[in-house]
Amino acid sequence: MNGTVMAAAATNVGNIWINIGIFAAFVVVTLIVVFRVSRQNKSAADFYAGGRNFTGTQNGTAIAGDYLSAASFLGIAGAIAVNGYDGFLYSIGFLVAWLVALLLVAELLRNTGKFTMADVLSFRLKQRPIRMAAAISTLAVVFFYLLAQMAGAGGLVALLLGITDQAGQGVVIAVVGALMILYVLVGGMKGTTWVQIIKATLLILGAGAMTIWVLALFGFNLSAVMQEAVNMAGENGEAILEPGLQYGATAVSQLDFLSLALALVLGTAGLPHVLMRFYTVPSAKEARKSVVVAIWLIGIFYLFTLVLGYGAAALVGPEAILAAPGGQNSAAPLLAFELGGEILLGIIAAVAFATILAVVAGLTITAAASFSHDIYASIIKKGQVAPDGEVKVARWTVVVIGIIAIIGGIFANGQNIAFLVALAFCVAASANLPTIIYSLFWKRFNTSGALWSIYGGLISTIVLIIFSPVVSGKPADPVTGLSKSMISDPSIDFHWFPLDNPGIVTIPLAFVLGIVGTYLSKERSHPEKYAEMEVRSLTGAGAEKATAH
Amino acid sequence: MSDVEASGPVETDYQRVERSDEFQSLRKAFRNFVFPMTALFLVWYLLYALMSTYAHDFMSIRVGGTITVGLIFGLLQFVSTFVITTLYARWANNKFDARAKALREEIEEGAL
Repeated sequence: MNGTVMAAAATNVGNIWINIGIFAAFVVVTLIVVFRVSRQNKSAADFYAGGRNFTGTQNGTAIAGDYLSAASFLGIAGAIAVNGYDGFLYSIGFLVAWLVALLLVAELLRNTGKFTMADVLSFRLKQRPIRMAAAISTLAVVFFYLLAQMAGAGGLVALLLGITDQAGQGVVIAVVGALMILYVLVGGMKGTTWVQIIKATLLILGAGAMTIWVLALFGFNLSAVMQEAVNMAGENGEAILEPGLQYGATAVSQLDFLSLALALVLGTAGLPHVLMRFYTVPSAKEARKSVVVAIWLIGIFYLFTLVLGYGAAALVGPEAILAAPGGQNSAAPLLAFELGGEILLGIIAAVAFATILAVVAGLTITAAASFSHDIYASIIKKGQVAPDGEVKVARWTVVVIGIIAIIGGIFANGQNIAFLVALAFCVAASANLPTIIYSLFWKRFNTSGALWSIYGGLISTIVLIIFSPVVSGKPADPVTGLSKSMISDPSIDFHWFPLDNPGIVTIPLAFVLGIVGTYLSKERSHPEKYAEMEVRSLTGAGAEKATAH
Repeated sequence: MSDVEASGPVETDYQRVERSDEFQSLRKAFRNFVFPMTALFLVWYLLYALMSTYAHDFMSIRVGGTITVGLIFGLLQFVSTFVITTLYARWANNKFDARAKALREEIEEGAL
C-alpha cells in the first residue's frame, strides 16, 4: 500500500525548502522573543536564573523542553519502532526518575542554593575543594551531553536537509552552534527559558497531533496499531511486544539493562542543567510546582512516543526506518512524512532542530554558570569579584563552550557516540547524586566524604567506560567488517569491563565512598552550619528572593 | 528555648531553631512522608526492571489482543508516578507549607 511512499521517504525525505523555511520561522520568532524578554539582563541573578521570576508552570514547561532532547524524542520513538518493548523501558526510567527530584531534591535545593549545584554542596563543607569538584563533575556531564546533542545534529541534517557531505553538515552544525551562542549571550537564562518553553509546546503539540492521527487510522485501538507493527516486522514479529529484543540476549546484556535502568532513575536528579532550572522560580513552592508540571508533560509525551514508535513500525516498517539516513532516529520524521506529507515532516524536522538548539543552550548556560560562579568567582577570585565581573566571565565562557560544541560536533559527526547520553546520566547518578543526598540529609557528612564520592564516582565511571565494549572490542559486523564500538576497527580491543553501562558498579561505589571518606577524616563537624542548612532547606528562611523589576 | 547549654561554643540562632519542638516536628513530618514514598517507588520501579529482564515469559503473556502483561505493568509505572506526584503535591500544599511558612516568619522576625 505504501511501498512507493516508503521508497521515496528513504531516499529523499520531504521538501528541503519547507524544512528550512519552518525552522527559519522558529528561529525568527524565538529570536524576537529572546530580544524582548532580555532588556534587563544585568545582575548575575538575571543572567543565571532569569531573575527568579518564572512561574512554576512556565518553569515546568521549560524543564520538559530541556529534558526532552533529540535523544528522547527521536531516540525513544526509534527504539520502540525497531526494538519494541525494550524501547519503552527507557522512557519509564526517564520518567520515574523525576520522583527523586520532586521528593528529595528540588525544593531543598531551591531553598539553600543560589545558582549552581556547588552552592548546595559547599554550603556546610569546605568551599574551595568542594566547588572545584562539583564544577569539574558539572562540566563533565555537560560536555558529554553537549557532544551527544551536536553529533546528533549531523545525522539529522543528513536526513532532513538532504546534505550528505561532511563539509556541508559541518556548516549546518556551525550555524546551529552560532545561533545557540546568540540566544544565550543575548537572552541569558531568561531567553534560554523562553526558547525551551516555545520548543516544548511545539514538540508536545506536534507529537500529540501525530499520536491522535495514528490512533485514528486504527480506530483508536492501540492493540491494532501494535498488531500491524507485528505484521510489518515480519518473521518473529511478535518479539516487539515482549521484553528482551534488545537486552535479553545474554546474562551480560540483561545485567547491562539493569545497570542502565539504575543510572536513568538516579541520574536525572543529578543533572546540573536540570538542577539549575530550580533557581529560576521565586520559591520552593514554585519549584515543586515546576516538577509537578514537568512530570505531567514528560509522562504524557512518553505515552505519545509509545504510540508513535509502534505507529512508525506499523506504517513505515522497521526495514525502511533502518535503511533511511539517520537509521533508528528517523522513525518519527518518516512517520510524519507518511501521515502528513511534506508539511508535517517540515514541522517535525523544525521541532527536532529546535530541540537540539534549546537543549544545547540550556547546557551551555549551565556550564558557563558553573565555570564563572564556582571556579572564577569563588576559587580564583575567592569571592572578591564585582557582580558584573562574574557575568562578563560567564558570557565569555558561553562563547568558548559554543566554539567547543561546534568543533566537537563537527569532529564527532558520524561517530558512534550515542552512548554519551547514557554516560552523562551515569556520571550524574554516581558523582553528583550521592553528595547531594548526603549533604542534605546526613549530619555527619563532611568534605572528605564529598570529595571521595564525587571524584570516585566520576573517575570510576569514565575509566569503566573507556575499558568497556562501547569504546572497543564489540564483535565485527559480518557485512561491513566494522565493530559497533566507538573504535570501529575490530582488531583494536582493550576492553575488560563487560558492560556498556557502568552504573551498577559506580553508583553503589560512590555512595559507599561517601561514607568511607567521611569516617576516615578527622575533620571537625560544623553543627551550626548543618543547622542553618537544615532549617533553611525546610522552611525557606533566608532563601534567595526574586529580583524586582 | 532559653536554656542555652553550658557546653561548647555559643549556640547560633539556627541551632536554637533546629532544636525547637516546632522544627523537629516539621522535619519529622517531612521525612516521614518523603522517605517511605521514595523507598516505595524505587522498589516498585526496580521490581519492574527486574521482571522485564528476568521474567520474560510472564511479561509476555497476552492480556487481550497484542496487549501484554509487560505493557500493562509499564503503563502502571506511569500511573504510579502520576499518583505519587499528586499525593505529594497535595500533602505539601495542604499540610506542609503553612507550617514551614509560620516557622519561616518566626525566624525572619527573630521570634525564635
